[in-house]
Amino acid sequence: MAKTVDLEKGWEEMKKGMAKLKATLEGQSDSPFDSEESVKLYTTVFNLCTQNRKSDHTEYAAELYKRYRSAINEYINETKETWHIFSERTSERWSNHNIMVRWLSKFFSYLDRYYVVKQSLPNLAEAGKACFHDLIEQEREGGQIDRDLVRSVVSMFRDVGVSGIELYENDFEVYMLENTSVYYARKALDHILVDSCPDYMLMVEQCLKTEKERVSHYLCPSTEPKLLEKTQHELLFVHANQLLEKESSGLSRLLEDGQVCISISVITNGLESVSTIFREHVTSIGQALVRNAADEASHKKVESKDIVGFPEQVFLRKVIDLHDKYLSYVNGCFMNNLIFQKALDEAFEVFCNKQIAGVSSAEIFATFCDRILKKDGGSEKLTDEAIEETLDKIVKLIVHLHEKDLFAEFCRKKLSRRLLSDRSVNEEHEMSLLSKLKQQFGGQFTSKMEGMVEDLILGREKQVEFGNYLRDNPHENRGTDMSVTVLTTGFWPTYKSSELNVPTELIRCIEVFSRFYTSNTRNRKLTWMFQFGYCNLIGRFKPKPIELQLSTHQAATLLLFNTSERLSFSEIMSQLNLPSEEVKKPLHSLSCSNYKVLIKEPDNKAISSSDVFEFNSMFTDKMRRIKIPLPHTEEKKKVTVDVDRSRPFAIDAAVVRIMKSRKALGYQQLLMECVEQLNRIFKPDVRLIKKRIEDLIHRDYLERDEDDVSMFRYKA
Amino acid sequence: MRRSSTRKTGPANPASSMNSSATDIFRSASSKAIIKELERIDHLFNLYANRSSGMIDPEGIEALCSDLEVDHTDVRILMLAWKMKAEKQGYFTLDEWRRGLKALRADTISKLKKALPELEKEVRRPPNFVDFYSYAFRYCLTEEKQKSIDIESICQLLDLVLGSQFHPQVDMLIDYLKTQKDYKVINMDQWMGFLRFCNEISFPDLSNYDPDLAWPLILDNFVEWMIAKQS
Repeated sequence: MAKTVDLEKGWEEMKKGMAKLKATLEGQSDSPFDSEESVKLYTTVFNLCTQNRKSDHTEYAAELYKRYRSAINEYINETKETWHIFSERTSERWSNHNIMVRWLSKFFSYLDRYYVVKQSLPNLAEAGKACFHDLIEQEREGGQIDRDLVRSVVSMFRDVGVSGIELYENDFEVYMLENTSVYYARKALDHILVDSCPDYMLMVEQCLKTEKERVSHYLCPSTEPKLLEKTQHELLFVHANQLLEKESSGLSRLLEDGQVCISISVITNGLESVSTIFREHVTSIGQALVRNAADEASHKKVESKDIVGFPEQVFLRKVIDLHDKYLSYVNGCFMNNLIFQKALDEAFEVFCNKQIAGVSSAEIFATFCDRILKKDGGSEKLTDEAIEETLDKIVKLIVHLHEKDLFAEFCRKKLSRRLLSDRSVNEEHEMSLLSKLKQQFGGQFTSKMEGMVEDLILGREKQVEFGNYLRDNPHENRGTDMSVTVLTTGFWPTYKSSELNVPTELIRCIEVFSRFYTSNTRNRKLTWMFQFGYCNLIGRFKPKPIELQLSTHQAATLLLFNTSERLSFSEIMSQLNLPSEEVKKPLHSLSCSNYKVLIKEPDNKAISSSDVFEFNSMFTDKMRRIKIPLPHTEEKKKVTVDVDRSRPFAIDAAVVRIMKSRKALGYQQLLMECVEQLNRIFKPDVRLIKKRIEDLIHRDYLERDEDDVSMFRYKA
Repeated sequence: MRRSSTRKTGPANPASSMNSSATDIFRSASSKAIIKELERIDHLFNLYANRSSGMIDPEGIEALCSDLEVDHTDVRILMLAWKMKAEKQGYFTLDEWRRGLKALRADTISKLKKALPELEKEVRRPPNFVDFYSYAFRYCLTEEKQKSIDIESICQLLDLVLGSQFHPQVDMLIDYLKTQKDYKVINMDQWMGFLRFCNEISFPDLSNYDPDLAWPLILDNFVEWMIAKQS
């Protein structure tokens, strides 16, 4: 039977009851607070809420709720001083507080069950704790709170908890963290649109610092990582993309302007997104460089299509600079973090493998090295240290090349060219580059090239020996000074040997050397490569004799004119015994270029098979010694084709190696290990690997497992 | 519970209870029948065999086929060869003939003819079929060191062996094999791959085909070709 109870009257009852409870707790009451009283209080609340069913009873309920909160607040305020002073009874105070809250909630539990659920307000127990959180929020907003108070409360939580930290974590921390999230989410929204990126970052830094402080002052240390995580998550991670791509102040711009602020180092969770932006930024710069270089290359008038022009060199210099700059970021601001190192590598991999003006990246890199190591490397006249440094840097970039084997081949070809025409700047630098490459990519990569350089060093020793030999055997000396360089086949690129009809003057010398060489060594066969040698001839021209530095082929051509003044193209060709292309080159250099040692009929710039040549006895030059160059064409296509052909064998070798040691392996695993092994040399095409595996099955090296078709076995 | 003593169960073994002469009669009766059967099988062999080589050669096989009223390109002849475990395409030796006909319990032409449907059923049962399928490939390897078969023959073989069961796949596969240029011959691994493909991959949507798995490359290409055709 519900009595109609007026709110104020009912509240009076409640106040009396609460006061009694308080007194009991304080030990000030005579009569203990008993269950009868508690039931009475419960009923009062119940009645207050349920009466006037016709009218909206939520009015009372709302009021009661408000009063409940203020009752708790009051209680806290009242007892604040008590807590502070009687600190030894603080834990008692806390449990009293809890008891108070519990009892009150019991009274008001009707409220809790119906009203609160309806209105989705935080339930009473939480409301009690929320008061504490309000304190913290107060502090966050800049208000002063009694930190000591909060600290003791917190330590109470810890001490009172039945199983240690649980009470703290479950009752207090959880709610506090939630609160934190909400608070910072709001803050983030407020600031993200308004602040520029650096300002926002500063704010973030500030917030993180404050939270850290808060923990050290009055929270449990275990809260720190969770608190920081929540803060960062709300402030940074949720808005990461916005932050980073903010126009004119986002991270991309910052990186460009070189103003990356240190606060990035504070972030631990936003790293992934930051590194993605970093990578994309670097990639886009790199690709812009590639595009520039391509544009310049197409605009520049290149004399010969096969010669790689200078824009490519400029391009690589810029790439080196780019790498230096961003590597310093990785090492500095990003504190060598692996994620950023990886992002940098990935970015470089993208644009370091692009073709420029039809020239593959492997060739571009090889040409770059060639220029550094050539005597007359164009505009790049560098000191020894500069050369070393550049080589160091370029080797670091070569790591990103996919087609390392192609690069190695181009390198080898160019090295050969350099060594044979004596245009290498310095053997030490050559060996230095080779040892750097060896360090990065293994001995197999550089063994042939090292052999080439060593051949030359040995060749010089041999020459000294040959000189001694001639001295010791004066009858062997035929009057013509000759030096020979012996190349080990296999190290050097394969060249077709020249079928030149050797001039008589040379024949004797060749015989002498052959005798010397075979007396010195065993089981060696010498094949003469006349296309690479050079000669000094003295041309007895009417005005004055001039010494001519020529290639052997050129010299042989000229020597023909010792016996006849005029020769036709076909006569020259038959006497030289060379194919027509090989005849045209020296003739062109001797009759159509700067030094017209031969007169050509007809007098045009092209050699045709009907031409006739005559010795130009009136030829002269202000110099007494001239060098007549013979241009060489690089067989670029052949290099690419050769390398392409060698790759299937490399794959075969890798597969067999792997299967031999593993005996049985699943397809996907085999594929993975193959790619891993081969990546040091080139980036293998998955389909090609599959094809090679099938070929190996066909050749009975492997077989498919009968029961598991995705498994392969090695057949011994 | 007491352990029951071991007892011989079931009807008494006639061989042990009868005297030995009965066994002999029994054995001799069955062996006489066997001998008769063998004789008839051999007789049948001689009807078709070539006098000089002592084997049934292609001509003989053709004669056999017409007697069986089966086309000599019919798959059932291939199945017969499988049953015989015949080694050389177009030839049956006496041993092979005996083996096959004994297993089929056929010693006359009419019995052989009647055995063919049963043989076909037997072959089409999954474990046998895989064996038959790979046998079909080996059977076509005529030269000594030969390991692959040319595309044209493969197409015919595919149709013969799989045509009835997987008609749409075989049609498309043959179409592809004839147009592609990467492969001029097919090896055993690829051949077995075709069967797995027909059995496992839903057709024509090819939705469950994964090129990252260890399928032969030619099938990867085939699937690519099909998808391109379908779009």
